[in-house]
Formats: sequence, C-alpha cells, structure tokens
Amino acid sequence: MSGPNTNYDPVQVAALDEAAIAEMVDQAVTAIRAADSIAGLKQARLDHLGDRSPIALANREIGALPPEARRVAGQRIGQARGRITEVFREREAEVTAAELEATLRAERLDMTLPVELHPQGAVHPVTALIDQLNDVFTAMGWEVAEGPELEGEWLNFDALNIGPDHPSRGTTDTLFVDPIDHGLVMRTHTSPVQIRALLNRDLPVYVVCPGRTYRADEYDPTHLPVFHQIEGLCVDKGITMAHLKGTLDHFARELFGDVRTRLRPHYFPFTEPSAEMDLECFVCRGESVGNPDRPCRTCRSEGWIEWGGCGVVNPRVLAAVGIDADVYSGFAFGMGIERTLMFRNGAEDMREMVEGDVRYSRTLRGGAR
Amino acid sequence: MRAPMSWLRDWAQLGDDVTVDQVAEQFTRLGLTVERIERVEPGWSGPVVVGRVLECAREPQKNGRTISWCLVDVGHHNADSAEGVDTHRGIVCGAPNVDAGQLVVVALPGAVLPGDFAISARKTYGHVSDGMICAEDELGVGTDHTGIMVLPETVDGRALVPGEDATPLLVSPDTVFDIDVTPDLSHCMSIRGLARELAGALGAPFTDPVSLTTPDPVAEGYPVRLLDAACPLFVAVTVDDLNPTAQTPAWMKRRLELAGMRSISLAVDVTNYVMLETGQPLHAYDGDRLQGSIVVRKAHDGEVLTTLDEQERTLDPDDLLITDDSGPIGVAGVMGGASAEVTETTRTIVLEAAHFDAATISRGMRRHKLPSEASKRFERGVDPGAAYSAAHRAADLLVSLGGARKRTTETVTGKVPVMPTQTIAASLAGDVLGVEVPTEQVVSILQSSGVQVDVAGDRLHLVPPTWRPDLVDPYDYVEEVGCKVGYDHIPSVVPRAPVGRGLTRSQRLRRAINTAVAGQGLVELITMPFINDRDLDRMGLPAEDPRRRVVRLANPLADTAPYLRTSLLPGLFAAISRNTSRGNDDLALYEAGSVFLAREGAPTAPSPSVDARPSDDELAQFAAALPEQPRLLAAVSCGAWTRPGWRGAGLPADWTTVVAAADAAAEAVGVTLVRRQAEVAPWHPGRCAELLVDGQVVGVAGELHPSVCQAFGLPARTAAMELDLDDLIAADPGRGVLAPLSSHPVAKEDVALVVDADVAAEEVRQALVEGGGAMVESVTLFDVYTGPQVGEGKKSLAFALRIRAADHTLKDAEAAQVRDAAVAVAVERFGAVLRD
Repeated sequence: MSGPNTNYDPVQVAALDEAAIAEMVDQAVTAIRAADSIAGLKQARLDHLGDRSPIALANREIGALPPEARRVAGQRIGQARGRITEVFREREAEVTAAELEATLRAERLDMTLPVELHPQGAVHPVTALIDQLNDVFTAMGWEVAEGPELEGEWLNFDALNIGPDHPSRGTTDTLFVDPIDHGLVMRTHTSPVQIRALLNRDLPVYVVCPGRTYRADEYDPTHLPVFHQIEGLCVDKGITMAHLKGTLDHFARELFGDVRTRLRPHYFPFTEPSAEMDLECFVCRGESVGNPDRPCRTCRSEGWIEWGGCGVVNPRVLAAVGIDADVYSGFAFGMGIERTLMFRNGAEDMREMVEGDVRYSRTLRGGAR
Repeated sequence: MRAPMSWLRDWAQLGDDVTVDQVAEQFTRLGLTVERIERVEPGWSGPVVVGRVLECAREPQKNGRTISWCLVDVGHHNADSAEGVDTHRGIVCGAPNVDAGQLVVVALPGAVLPGDFAISARKTYGHVSDGMICAEDELGVGTDHTGIMVLPETVDGRALVPGEDATPLLVSPDTVFDIDVTPDLSHCMSIRGLARELAGALGAPFTDPVSLTTPDPVAEGYPVRLLDAACPLFVAVTVDDLNPTAQTPAWMKRRLELAGMRSISLAVDVTNYVMLETGQPLHAYDGDRLQGSIVVRKAHDGEVLTTLDEQERTLDPDDLLITDDSGPIGVAGVMGGASAEVTETTRTIVLEAAHFDAATISRGMRRHKLPSEASKRFERGVDPGAAYSAAHRAADLLVSLGGARKRTTETVTGKVPVMPTQTIAASLAGDVLGVEVPTEQVVSILQSSGVQVDVAGDRLHLVPPTWRPDLVDPYDYVEEVGCKVGYDHIPSVVPRAPVGRGLTRSQRLRRAINTAVAGQGLVELITMPFINDRDLDRMGLPAEDPRRRVVRLANPLADTAPYLRTSLLPGLFAAISRNTSRGNDDLALYEAGSVFLAREGAPTAPSPSVDARPSDDELAQFAAALPEQPRLLAAVSCGAWTRPGWRGAGLPADWTTVVAAADAAAEAVGVTLVRRQAEVAPWHPGRCAELLVDGQVVGVAGELHPSVCQAFGLPARTAAMELDLDDLIAADPGRGVLAPLSSHPVAKEDVALVVDADVAAEEVRQALVEGGGAMVESVTLFDVYTGPQVGEGKKSLAFALRIRAADHTLKDAEAAQVRDAAVAVAVERFGAVLRD
C-alpha cells in the first residue's frame, strides 16, 4: 500500500487505472443483471457496491495518489459507482416487479367459487307490483290512500250505491263479522278507502288505494277468497270519461309498454257510465285472433285481456259523502293485483301466491318485477 | 242469456251479409259481453240426400234377423250406382219400419256420419249395399233408433224431390250467442231486447214482438185481486179445449234447446218460449184445478207451500204469494206450487202475465235459494208493458199449436206503472263523456232507445220506455248515449293532478322496512289470515293474552278457521310445514300485515243515510265499532342460515336470524331496538326477549317453546319474531342531525368484567355506556367466557371501548379515567369484578 506524499502518477496505481475501473463496472453490471431474485440482487450489491467490493477497495487507493491526481481518480470512482448504482436500481425494479408478478400468480384463486354470505331474500311479487303501481301514480301527482280491511258495511256498500238488496251483500259473496247485525264486513273491494278519502281529504282528490280484499269466493287456480286490488279515484272539477281513458292508457303503458286499451260498457252500482277496461294483448297484439296456428296463452287468443272495471263516479256516491255533483265529477277504476300478475308474468295458478312456498317469492327478480 | 241468431233475425231485419263476428262485435260494444259463440252445424259431411223407397223386399236371414233389400230412388245420384242401374240404388236396411213409397234420408258412399262413420258401398247379406238409410241417432239429430226417419211428402208447402240435399231439412245451421247480461240491462234478458239493440246498432229495421197496448182494467176473465203494491199489474187470459196430446213442434223445441231450456210439455214450452222472446215470465195454471179468485198478497207468518220441486217451504212475511181459495199456489215470480200446475190432462189453461217488484222477487229468490229463469228476469226488472201482449201471444200459440180456443173475455187487474220522468241538460252527456255530442244526436239516440224526448231550449225532458227501468238518474241517460256513441270515440286525456306529496312517511318507512328485511336475506310471504282456537292453544297463549281477543266471522270460508288472525305467526308456521314437506328446509320467512283484535263493548256500526255526508258522530261511531287492526311484522326461521361450505362451517338460522331481521326493520326506521329478557308465549322461556324502543315494548323475539314446535310440527329450535309496525314507525326519530366528526385519534380500551351468569350482557353494556359518558364512542361485547377461571355461577364479559374527545387528542391517563368511570357503574349495578 502506498503512503501519502509520494509523487505517483495515478495511472501507475493499478486499481485506479481507467481500464481496471471499467472492468470493475463491467463485472458489476454483469453480476447485477444476472441476479434474478431480491436475494441474488442483494448479494450482487454487497459484492460490487459493498465495503469490500473492488470499487470500494480501489477508492481507498486514492489517498495514495498525489493531490493533483486524486480529483481525477475520485471522479473516475464516483462515475463508476453511479453507473453501478443506476444499473442496480433498474434491475431491482425489474426483479421486484417479476417477484410480485410471481407472487400474484401463485395467489391465484378460483373466483367462481360461491360467495353467498347469507340466503337470498325477496319481497313477495304482489308487494313488488303494488310498490311499482304506487310509483306510477305518485309520479303523476296522485297519493296513496289506505284503510282498514275490516270495514263498516255502510262504507263498503251503501255509500257506494250498493243497496241493501244487492246480491253481493249476501253471505254467499261477502264475509261478515259475527254478529251480522253489527254492520261489519271484510271489505270486498278497496272502494271503502275511496269513500274514506272523499270524507277525510280536501278536494280535489287524486288517490290510488291498494290493499287486501275478501270475498266468499272459490279457492281455485283463478280465484282467491283473499286477494289484492288497486283502485284509483279522481274527483275534481271538470273531470270526464276522457280523463279516465287518459289515465288508464298511461297506466297500461307504464306497466305493459305501448299497448292499446279498450273500454267496454258494463255495469257497476258505483259508477255511471261504467266500463270494463280491456288491454290489447301485449304478447300477441291480437295476431292470435282467428289464427289457430299461433295460439296465445296470455289472452286465450281473444286479442284482449280483461283488466279491470272503471267508470264515472256515480253522483249518488258523491251525494253520500256530501260532495256537490253539480260542481265536482270524477272517475274510478280498479283491478286485481294477482290477476295482473297472472297475465303479466304468466302465473298459471293463483293459489301459489298464498301457499307460502319460499321459492315463489324468489322467482321474480330485478327487472322482471 | 242464450240467443240463437235465427231468432234474433225474426225481429231484427238484418241483411244477409251481416256476419256472426259483426253481431258479436256490436253486442260487445253495447256492453253485452258475448261469453261464447256456439255454431250449430250438421254433424256429418258428404252426400246425405232425400230418397224414395221404390221397392222393399223382406229377406229373412239365417241369424234370425230380417233385412229389407230396398231399391231407392236418389234422383241424380242414381247414375253413380255400382250395379249400373240408373233409376235407383240398392240398399240393405235392417230397420223394421222401412217400406215402399216412403221418403227417407240416405247417406251415400262418401258421406261421413257422426263418430267418423264413413259410408261406402259394401257387400252384405248377399247384396252390394250402396249407401245407408238413416235413423235419427245415426245423424245425431235425435236419439231415436227404433227405426229409420221417414220424411213428410212436403215441407213448407214444397214437395220433396228424391236426390235433393237432406241437410237443410234436418239441421238448419245456426249460431247461439251466450251473452252475459249486466243487471242494468234487464230488457236484454229477451230476444226482443237483444234484437232491438242489434237492429239499432246495425241500422236495421226492428219489429217489436210486443205489439199490443195494455187496455184499461177489465175483470171479465178469471177473477184476480191484488192486495200488495209489489204486484201492480196482473193479466189473466184463459184458453179452453187444449188438445192434451198436442206435441211441441220441432222448431220450438229446437229454439228452447238452443236457448238452454228443456222441452217439457206444450203448455209449459209455450210459456217459456214467450218468456224468452218477450222477457215476460208467464205462468200456466190448470183452470180446472184453480179454486176461486186468484189473490196476490204477502205471506202470513208460518204459511207453507209445496213447490213444484216437491219441497215444502215455510214462507216469510216478505214473500209475495199467488193464492186461491186453497191457499198459496205459488211464490210470485219465483216458483209455482204443485196444486194448480198444468198436467198432461189439462184442457183449460189460465195464463198469468203479471208484473212484480224487482227487489221483492230478488229477496224471495235468495231466501228460498230458487234462482229460476223467471226470477232472474223479475229481479232485474221486467217490462210491465209486455205483460198483456205476452199473455195473448202465448194464448195464440196454444190455439195454433194445441188446438185450443181463446176466450174472448179476459182480466186485466192494475195498471202499467208510470215511468219516472227526468230532465237533463242537453249538453250533459257530452260534458260527462268528454266528447262533443250534438243535441240532435243525443235526441236521436235516446229516441231510438224508446225514450220519449221533449226538447225545451237547452233542457231535455225524458220519459223512458216501460222496458228500461234502468233509466232513472241523469247519468243513466249519459251512459245510454255513451254506449250508443261508442266508448271508442271518447278521446284519451291525462288529467292534471295537483302537486302531490308522494308516499306518506309511514308508507315510505314500511317500504324501507320491507326492503331492509328482504335485503337481510328473509323471504316475504302472504298467507291466509284466518285462525282457530287450536292455533291459539297450540301457541300456549294464556286466557288473558290479548291475542285471544279474536274477531269471529259469521260465515267463515272454512268452519275450521272461523277467526281473523290476531298474530301472523300461525300463518308462518303453516308455511314452514308446507316448505319442509317440499324439501325447503332452510327457511327465513317474514310477513307484514294486519291482525284483528276485538274491542270489548264496541258499538254497532252506524248505517247513515246515503243522501248526505254522515255526521261527525256517525263517523266517530264507525271508528269505535271497528276492531283494532294493527299492522305487524313477523319472521320465522329454521334449518341452516348458511350451509357448511368451502369457507368453513355453516350457521344455523336460529334466534339471531329473526333478531337481526327485527334490528334491520328498526334500522330502516332509524331507531335501535333494545332487547330485554322476557317470558312470553309462544317462546322458550329462557330464550325470549322483548324488543323495546324508548322503553316501550314493540315486539318479541326468540326461540320457540319446544312444545309449540311440536304442536305445529316445526323443526326443533325454530325461531320467531313479531313486532308492531305501527309502534315502530311511531318511534320514527324524524329528521336527523349531521353533527361534525371529531378528527382526533381514538383511544381503545378493553375491559373484562365478571358478573353473575344471569346478568344480561346488554345491561352491562348499557352501564358502561352510561358510566363512560360523552367521550365513549362505542362499547362492543367481543367475548363471553364461563369456566373455572371465573367460578361457578359467574361469567366474564369482555367489552371493547372506543373513546374519543371532540376537541383534543386524549392522553393515556384521560382514556383510563373514562374507562374506570364506565367500569365503576357496572361494578355498582351488577357487582361486576374487573378481570386483569
């Protein structure tokens, strides 16, 4: 080892010789680039940048050089270190990325494994449909009115111009609360809610009344003794049958798309004029009529589906709730929810709607509601 | 009402080009719903022709039968004969009544008879039989098989010709419209009414089968007295010398059958025929069996009548009766009695054509459960103006068909009631329908419906015809105009509703609850809301339990379930059984709906007038009369919540499932349910909690009592929850506050407290919350330990406290202070010991 103050040419110190340093750099770069793991890279750094690396050892020789040569040698060493460090960083990034990628590959999972954390819940199709119908009408500015299922006979019948001798008031049609002379029935339609709305709300009234209704009816694929209806009532100044038609057309479009509707004269005590509302079959659009090759299950090849009843509110009904029929007029309509589900969603047996099979409620999903 | 097209054409002069579909469409447009269209067609195809039997040779056979070898002239069909003879065909006939000279019906080779019976020339009994001579039943035009059909020489004055098509002689193709007549269109319960509407709709001429005007009262015929206003008119026409052997002609039989009635005897068939045609029910009495005057009156208490169906019926004082000196001989308009009924020997007939009050007949028909063709018409309303004409039409038919003689004397008691007049604005129809209808059109429509219209400026004075009892109110006339204008001419206009408020808060919260509980993994059901005593007993409800305050139905759907539900649970229990029987074992079900709780001493519901708004007192009485009808939410669970799977062991759908559902419902409202240990049926006494909001019990949840599971056939450890939705929603905290959040770090302190084993964890947690004060952000139980380290009858509860100050970073000592204050309250309340 040379001592200080000796007048040496740096070129004469072998370790600081330009070619030697270039050789060190080459070796270091080769080693670092050869490393293919974090551990190998660490070893390469120790070997070529560590305290005992050739470059470090060469650095120690600088002190032996004459002062004027130290600057050049120092620069040479510094550049070499910089070059090695740069290559190291590059390689370190490459190896880290490769190792991460390998790790991620190793961590691959079967992402098709079932992930259900808890069972799939569901609201009942009847509830879902009622919610949807309520939304259609609230969007038009209407409100949703409700009332008791066990109702006064007067509110269910008399106020609706269904007189005491009307056949529907018999025990074969209506469920009476015991004793019969207490005047309480299970409502046979949601119309008493309309009466309550007219008694309790300020005019004008625009309400829909969804809810459960009861009839002493058969329990078969197309009849339930306990079922749901939605009825609508509008009482305002200047209301005509054209407004009824417009409302039903809008309602039908919201629910079934672009279909035509038809009003057919009918009879109800609480409306006059009264009509049945038919919906153009939204499946066959009437093409199944008289066409045995293309039968339609939805409309039974009739082209029209009977949807519900409607009409202009009978002035007698307005009189019973104290509304001046010379100033106000209105319309009302009503349809069965289960029946609507039947033809809208192809349900074949209404009884399944109340049997309580857990699979039934889960059947209708998302947009199919 | 079943209406044959041919009968409608008798009175509505429709063009030949009018099709069945057109008729059906017009009926539908008028509100006469065509339920079914039945086409009446021959049941055969191919040549079925008239033949003349020229020769008929009897040929006894070895098998004991005698056949006839017939030579039959079938006109231009003879040339096809297989034996090359052009004057006849040879046909083997087995019928005993075949004879030379007869005109018969011959099915020729190529014909296919009912039952897919193809006719061809075939060898039999030593001949080639070249066709078949037909009996009624072989053609399906009758049931007779005793012999072949023998045709008359002439039909309608025209001589039959061998070879002509026999089909029109045997069956006239017809179409029957089966129409659902609504209660208001009483006049359409007759061919007369339907033909009138059809002719009007198609612009065709109409002839009214009711052509006679009711004369002033006359009492020259059979004596009649009317003692009750429910019978304002009674016409009696008598015929004598009816030939008892006279048969109902085929054309009448056929029409009756097409209209859905059976042929009985000429007298009865004639009354039915006239009823179908005119809508006026008639009754035929045996004039020789009537005793004294006919008196129409209400029944006396306890009076009895044996009706035609041989049932003895006790009469009601509201029953309107036809009586004679012997007593009641019929319930007016409902059913006749046996005593004065016509028989096969009746020669003198008194025909009754009376008008009865619709409501009276309707009540009587329902009371005796005797819906008949007559009562169905009377309860809707019959045209009183048709009675006189109908009586004479029937009498005339008995004369022409039964050889009877009509007496010139008759009885008309009472009068045709005067129809109620009405005055309406000429513009009313258009105003209500929303389509312009000029006054001239309103007038012409109403006039063609038979309404007498007087135009007075912009008002119309109206008198309806006697056959339209439905035209009373102004809007009745609007409907009449609307139907005739056609509802399809009414435009479609969406009314502009005032600004709405959307769903009410309660409605929104109920929907949010429903969504939350379903989102929690439970499935909503809708069950039948009826229960019985056994349900309540199986639930183990004590006598004083409010759920025993049942409302009973007077006429339940099933006697086995006479009450309205007081709890949603029995319905859900039944659903569990149904599901498990179908292999759906893992269940978490819920239902939201009303229950019904009787109110002690509730008043009778009022029955206010319908002419004015009920008074406030009456409205209050309605409210008081109704049972309580709270809305409840209930859930049940059993089986597995999650099945064991690749992530590890599964979880049972136990009491935590239904508690979580209740918590989800409460969370949707914005309140937190507090659970308090309780003992309530039908739950397990040690695994039952009341659910409280603000100290008020709103529900109960837990595992069901094992005996309840057993009684309802539920899987062991089925859990259930029921809460009052109305109470829960009433606790709605309303609008919340978005308070600023502390950005200072949180201090975490864990404490383990040893308490007696029966101390409720929730109460200890509450003590820590209260003791810790405002800086306690949350206290969460994370471990429960029982065992030797804490000793017998004790348990260790480990809680994690998160402590944070709003305005500064807590020092360790401050956090410790909060923790100690929290523990101090637990120590004080429960003698809790802090574990190290």
